[in-house]
Order: sequence, then structure tokens, then C-alpha cells
Amino acid sequence: MSATDLEALDSALQRLGEDGAVLRLSETEAEQQSGYQPPTAEGLGERMIMNMGPQHPSTHGVLRLVLELDGELITRSKPVIGYLHTGMEKTGEELSYLQGPTNVTRMDYASPLFTELAFSLAVEQLLGIEVPQRAQWIRMLLCEVNRLTSHMLFMATNGMDLGAVGMMLYGWREREELLRFLEMVTGLRMNHNFIRPGGVAADLPDGWQQELAEILEPLPDRLEEFDTLMTGQPIWRERLQGVGVITTEEALALGVTGPILRATGYAWDLRRDIPYLNYDQLDFDVLVGSYGDSFDRYAIRLNEMRESIRMITQMVDKMPAGDYRIQDKKVTPPPRARIDESMEALIHHFKIFTEGFKVPEGEAYAAVESPRGELGVYIVSDGSSKPHRMHVRAPSFVNLQSLPHLMKDSLLADTVAIISSVDPIMGEVDR
Amino acid sequence: MLHDSPTSESAGQPCVHPDRDSYLDLVAKLREDGYWLCTDLTGVDYLGYEAPRNLPEGVDPQRFEIVANLLDPSARRRIRVRVQVPEGDASIASITGMHPGVDFHERETWDLFGIHFEGHPHLTRILMPDEWEGHPLRKDYAVGNIPVQFKAAGNSR
Repeated sequence: MSATDLEALDSALQRLGEDGAVLRLSETEAEQQSGYQPPTAEGLGERMIMNMGPQHPSTHGVLRLVLELDGELITRSKPVIGYLHTGMEKTGEELSYLQGPTNVTRMDYASPLFTELAFSLAVEQLLGIEVPQRAQWIRMLLCEVNRLTSHMLFMATNGMDLGAVGMMLYGWREREELLRFLEMVTGLRMNHNFIRPGGVAADLPDGWQQELAEILEPLPDRLEEFDTLMTGQPIWRERLQGVGVITTEEALALGVTGPILRATGYAWDLRRDIPYLNYDQLDFDVLVGSYGDSFDRYAIRLNEMRESIRMITQMVDKMPAGDYRIQDKKVTPPPRARIDESMEALIHHFKIFTEGFKVPEGEAYAAVESPRGELGVYIVSDGSSKPHRMHVRAPSFVNLQSLPHLMKDSLLADTVAIISSVDPIMGEVDR
Repeated sequence: MLHDSPTSESAGQPCVHPDRDSYLDLVAKLREDGYWLCTDLTGVDYLGYEAPRNLPEGVDPQRFEIVANLLDPSARRRIRVRVQVPEGDASIASITGMHPGVDFHERETWDLFGIHFEGHPHLTRILMPDEWEGHPLRKDYAVGNIPVQFKAAGNSR
């Protein structure tokens, strides 16, 4: 935890207010003004308004940026989002708590298990139940594997955006290996719907330790390869160092969390600072950068993978025996085998999957540390089996607001590096 | 009571319930107490909510509620600020002056709930198209049967 105080925060507020990085144009105005703009009477010089996206290959999906350029320098910019908006929060009000994870897992498609986890934790807080130890450890194990895959995706796309095609191939190759493990456990590569209120959907399959060991064994060497390929490479450093700098106070004022905040030198990681599940029983380090630039954000993610591998190794040793879901009949359906023998079990199963279980009224907010920052789920329950309101605090959604400040006075060629280093997932931004 | 506003608790998490006039003041005081990060701000529509509302005494339930989650990183604690907003006058002060990071959240709440934020620098729709009618997350906004709309394909550069 580095030292910062209210005065520093206030001066950061001043800076954010004065740097005029955010372009305040409606979409219609942006369309009308696109192209060359002669100097105006208000003292604005020659400028060019340009649209980047929503189909630009470097914007990771459907992010659109309206840029105001002075020559080749970006003066102001505005992220325009909503192209992937599917009304998931509205959908969440129509689905029972048991169906909820199927919906939220589709938000952040690069790290689906974290959204399921946050949702389940919020529901469990309202229910006031404690899931069994083994379920907690399974959740942690899968989440860390998922963090690895998510960061591998970042490595691949970050390399690809800056022209390192070799990095893209390597990143995706390793990610596919790790996804194979997730597929072995959950049955799917992504959108798992595996972490549910009350525990997890199934126990770990036989032979998971061996499978995991085989996948993890070459990883440290591969990460060394990434180091050789990228970290020390002069071109890579030139493209990233000093590009898109943000200070700790600015990041805090903007509500930015995750690797972007840590890159500024502020050690804030929910796994350590507000522990959930059993993260307090693991030995790991919170990595911080020192310059808050794109290179630090890259380096932090690379090294977080090493930390995750350390954590997974500890978790394999510590995995307790026991139930993988809570044995409370109100929440948990009967075992599949019982349905063929017992009428009561069949009825019970039918009830749980059609009506769902009731959750006491109240509201709860649960937050987890996703690969992109704080991922929170806020649920308001009215005592029925569906949430009255389900809100997801998506880290990418908030982190996107830092883009105009990161891109202020940088070159057009650097936008790609900066967008990529923020690592937004548009499914989560637009929900 | 916290800074003259009633407090409550839900699922073990502390909440504070200022009224609309003292909301800005309370957030400013909490910021001085160390709640530097406003992680989240959203709205809830309580239309058709039949359970008891879990509000402390002296707080009148209204149809809308603004919920802001504040985080104190040095003391590692959270607090939830819940403000009642009446249906007839759905507006509330904006806290973007203290927490610029809620810019998007307030725009989203305006977009999906139609709650106006006084003093927000650029309150426009964010997830729905600019010309969209209605506020989808309101409980009286029908689900389904919405004609698919595409924006007029104008300047296709």
C-alpha cells in the first residue's frame, strides 16, 4: 500500500478536470463533424474528428472511439459503447437464481468463472449459507486457471495488436491447453455455468491432478519464452514504455482497479486485501508496477501468471476431501442417481429446476478480483425465486473511462497499444 | 447515525441512507473519512416490490433508489449509500465532481432508469441508441415485442 492522501487525490481531480481529455460530443454531432474542422471562433485550432471502430480490428470487439486529432496527436477522445448491449441485467430479473449463472457467465467471455463466482457469492450472502470447503477450493482452483487463460488471451492480443504475430500464436496455444483442463472439469471451454449458488456443478473428475500437472509443467518455461520474445525486446519496449501513463491518484479518482491500478504502484488486490473464499490461506504476492505505463501493465499481467501458477500448485496440495456442494435440500437438487429410484427425489428435482429456490429479501454486494479488476454483483431480492434487481459492476466498463486520459497528447499509432493494455472485454462493458 | 444520516445493515454490509439534499455532503464527508473509491453506482426500481423495504426509521420509501458503493482502501472497508428518489421528480445531484469515475455509471442509470443527474457534464444515453424511447430497466417497461431498430445508415465511412 503506497502512501497517498486526500490532498494528492484532490490535485488529481483538478488535473483530470483540466486536462480536457474527454470529448463531449453526442453520436449525431460526431457524425456531423467528422473529418477536417477549420479553426473555430472559440479558439480551437485546426482539428480532425475521426471515428475509430466499432469494426476496427484493434478495438477488441465493438468499441468505438471518437478521436479529436491535432495533426497526429490525440487531443480529446470519447469511447462510445453499447454496440454489444444485450440487456443482461433485465434478463437477470426474469431468470431464477439457479439459472442466473448461465446469464452472467456470458458477460466477460474471457473470464466467465469470475462473474459466476461473484453472482454465487452474492446469493449465498443473502441465503446466509456457507459452502463446503472442497467447493471453495474447487472454485479458487478454477478461477486461477481461468485467470491464466484470460491473461494468455491478453498476451496474444496485445502482441498481435503491435505486430508480434509470434506472440499471438504462442499465447493462443497455451490458452488452448489451459482451456482443455477447464473443458475436462466443466464440459465447456467457456461459458461454463459451473459455479452455482450453493457450490459447484460437479466434483473434479478422476485424474485431474495429473492432467493439471501435465499442463502446468511446461508453463514456466513458456513464460520465459514470452520474456525472451517480448520483455527485453527493444522494439516492444519502445512501443510501450512511457505510453499511456496514469498516476495512482488519477486511477483512484476514476475508480480504476485491477492491473491498471497496480501498475501505478498501488498494491490493491481484493484477494489479499478483502479476502473471499480461502485466499487468505495461500502464499502469493501482489505485484505492482512503478510507472503506470502500458509496459508496466503488460509486465504485471505476465508476472501475475507466475503467481497464479504458484497458487495453483499450493491448491493442488491443499485440496480437501468432502462435498462439492452444500447439502441443504432447499438449495441443492438431489443426486442424479436418486431420481430414478425415488418419487420424492424426482419431485424435488423438478421443483428446484422449475420454480427455483427462494432467497430471503434484502440486498447484497459481493466483489471478487477478476483479471481486469473489481467485479461486483449487487442483488436485490424480494423473497421470491428471482432477483428483483441484478446489477453487475463490470471492471472493463469502469476502466474504459481512463482511455481518454491515457491517450491525451499521445500519437495516433499509440492508441492501439493503449486500448490493448487496458484489456477491455466488450461483452462485459455493454452487458 | 453516520454524519446525521440513518444507517442500516443488510447481509452484514453497512448502508447509510441520506436524503437527496444531504447526499452530496455525505459523500464528500465519507471521502474525507477515507472512502476514496466509488466503485459502483446504480439504480433500483422498487415498483411492484412487495417485501418490506429494509429502511431505517425516518426514511420514506420511494419508487427509485440510487445505490452507490464506496470503498476505503486503507481501512479495507465498504459502505453503501442508498438514496430514495421519488417517481414524480426523478433527479439527484451528480457526484462526478468528487468521483469522476462514476461518469459512465450515472449515464447508464439515466439511460436505463431515466433518473436525471444534476451537474453531470454530459448526461446522454450510453448503452441504448440516442433516439431510443423509454428506459428499459424500469419495471413497467415491457419485456419483449420490441421492434428491432437499426440506425439509419448514413455516412458509412
